[in-house]
This record gives sequence, C-alpha cells and structure tokens, in this order.
Amino acid sequence: MAEGNKVTLHGAWPSPYYHRVKMALKVKGIAYEYVEEDLMNKSPTLLKHNPVHKKIPVLVHNGKPICESLVILEYIDETWKDGPKLLPQDPYKRAQIRFWVNFLHEQVFEALYSIIKTDGETQEKALQGLHEKLQVLEEGLKKFFPDCSKPVVSENVGMLEIVVTSILGNYKAQQDVLGLKVIDSEKTPLVFSWVAALVDLPAVKETLPPYEQYVPFLNFMRQTFLKPPTA
Amino acid sequence: MAGESVKLLGFWCSPYALRVKWALKLKGIEYEYVEEDLVNKSPQLLQYNPAYKKIPVLVHHGKPVVESLVILEYIDDTWKQNPILPEDPYERAVARFWAKFADDKCVPAMMGAFTKQGEEKEKAVKEAQENLKILESGLGEKSFFGGDKIGFVDIAVGWIGVWVRLTEEVAEVNLVDAKTMPLLNAWFERFPELPTIKECIPPWDKLLEHNRNFHKRLTAGST
Repeated sequence: MAEGNKVTLHGAWPSPYYHRVKMALKVKGIAYEYVEEDLMNKSPTLLKHNPVHKKIPVLVHNGKPICESLVILEYIDETWKDGPKLLPQDPYKRAQIRFWVNFLHEQVFEALYSIIKTDGETQEKALQGLHEKLQVLEEGLKKFFPDCSKPVVSENVGMLEIVVTSILGNYKAQQDVLGLKVIDSEKTPLVFSWVAALVDLPAVKETLPPYEQYVPFLNFMRQTFLKPPTA
Repeated sequence: MAGESVKLLGFWCSPYALRVKWALKLKGIEYEYVEEDLVNKSPQLLQYNPAYKKIPVLVHHGKPVVESLVILEYIDDTWKQNPILPEDPYERAVARFWAKFADDKCVPAMMGAFTKQGEEKEKAVKEAQENLKILESGLGEKSFFGGDKIGFVDIAVGWIGVWVRLTEEVAEVNLVDAKTMPLLNAWFERFPELPTIKECIPPWDKLLEHNRNFHKRLTAGST
C-alpha cells in the first residue's frame, strides 16, 4: 500500500469538518500533503475535485477525490486496514456509532452553531436546545457506550471521538467568547468528562486550532453574524 | 435465516421505511412488520428510539437500529448476500456521497415545493430542479446508480422517483421531465417497475389521496 499512495487533503484551518479528516489521518498514521484553501478564493483544483459542493474537506487519494467529511472517514477506515480502526467490526456497534455520529453532526453541531450566530433571547433558546441535545447524548453514552466513562486513551480514538471533538473540542474557547457554558458539567457530567479527557490526547490536541488562534477567529465570526444588515 | 428475529417498525407511506423494506426484500430477509400509529406512538417505539421517536426502527435479536441510512448499512454489514454497497472503498464513498446529497439537497427542496406557496414555492421548485439535475450527473448513462444492478443509492434515493410525481400532481409543479432530465426521468420510470421494488410501494391512489389531504391541511386558510 505504501508505493504510489499519494494522499492530499484540501482543508481550511478553522473548519471542524477538516479537523475530522486531519485527526483520522493522524490516528491512522497516514502521510499526506496538505493544501490550505482560501475559502474566499477557492483553488481551481478544489473546484475540480468537488464540483457539487465546492467545499472542503476533500481527500484526494491517487488522483480520486472523496468529499463530505463523514464519507471520507469511512473511506479512510475501509482503505487503510492496518492499525487503529475508526469503526468497530461488530455490525450493531457500527450502527450505534454511525447513529451518534449523525446525531452529533446534524443535531448538536447545528445547535452549537445557532448559539454562535445569535444573542439575547434567541441565543438563550438556542443554548437550551443545545443542552437538551447533549442530554440525549448523555443518555445514549450511558446506554450504548459505558466504556467512555473509563480512562480515555489514544488507542480508542475512533469515528465517534473524532466527530465529538471536532464539534465540542473547542468548548473552552467557545465558552470564553460566548460567556456561557457550552457543555454544562452538572447537566451532562459524562459528556463533559469525556470531552475534557479527549481534548488532552495528542491526536486531538495537535489537530484542533490552538486557543489563542481560535478565539479571535470565533470573535470575528460572531461579529460578522451579529452585524446589523446595512441599509 | 429461520429463527432470525427481525422486526421493522414503520408507517405505510413513509419513504424512509420503504428504503428498509426494499433492502430486506432484496436480501431475502424475513421480518415481522409493525405498523406504527404516528399520532399515538407506541411505548415500544419510544423505547427503541428515544432520541428521535421516529420510524423506521429495525429490531434484530431485540436490539434496535434507527435512522434509515444507518439501517441500510447495518443490513449490508450483517447479511452478506446480495450486497447493497459495492466492494471497492472508492465506489462505496461515491455511493454514500450521492445518498447524502439526495437527502441533504434534493429532499428538502422537494418538500419545500410541496409545502410552500407563492414566491417561496417557486424558489423551492427551482432549487429542487437544480439539485435533481446534479443528482442526474451521479447516474449518468447507467441503468441504475449501482450500474447494471440496483445498489445503495437506488435503494436510498429511489423513493424520490415516486414522491416527485406525487408532488408534481398535488402541488401542481413540474420537477423532472424527459426534456430537462432525460436520464433521471428514465430511471424514475425504470426503478419502480422492478418487481421486488414495485411490490413494496403502496398503491398510487392511496399515496395520492393521503398526500392530497396532507397538502390541503397545509394550505388551508392561506390566501
């Protein structure tokens, strides 16, 4: 598999979708060339590889592009069979992981994004919504993944851990910028302790943007969303 | 396969339950079907799917699997005969991509064309047409998305072929025709005619009546 195995990843440093793929490649020990895309001025290569969405991340393996972060993660797991697995072998466990990954991707991410984009009462409601979703996740973890309350180790970083940290891994920066608790350790103690332990793992720490870089970015993003429309 | 306890909780006109019925039929898996009353959800459903409280739910040896695309993958992982997804990882990625595209981009626009009115409806119709045209590029000249045989995308997306016609009839719009999307249009006609597929689709009259009533309730009282 090593000969003629060219892997390129098109990404953008703040994107949580890009972080997922970066983490997966790291966990699997896959060497690749990274291309930072300017999302205001997308490269012709990116547009050629992802004509449908024109978005990052795009993984290009031996000239063939794979798009959509969750599709890429499954592709990585199915192609590089040596080393750590991103998904377990057992079909039922795989189904559980895929369910919670989708829940995080569709429900939790959207709720978190709403909080970043809003303020006042709208934001309060959005925060409540996020906490409710995290409570559903809490129950799910207790029922289906009792192991996540055990010590978190690098060997166990799979698709679920990758996706949850891509969304909630920057919770400290998010809390400091927003001035509110993204993950409430009293309402969702298991989610909180799990994420807090995961962000200390090298694969996660070395992937997510540093606090000092992420805070100004988040501030900028928030200000852009909250700016009143010009007349 | 005898002794395999497989149960499907569904609703007769749910396209998401239909996807699962197709997959089970194609694999020759026997199952018990349970029709759920969505207005009065059973304790069983709420227990099996506390996160979303929705059908379909596949219950295998007492363990529930929810979300129709997750169920399709589970079925393919568990029963190896008549594979739904291709073997090659890249082809699998392409299949997953198109199934996701249809769900994320085509379906909401099609729903918009059905549920909205006036300018918003026009916008939704245009968006649906654009995205269905893109979906067509995933099909190309092939008979099915899976090639010569049906595969993951056909099973995941095939219901759209029926529901597009329902939407066109009930909401009085034009979404897909032989002129604008000849390849997709042909697949819309070819796929539901396959015997295993046709057997699972509820009767057209029933679907039409149900959707007309639904549309009436949605648009009642609006100017």
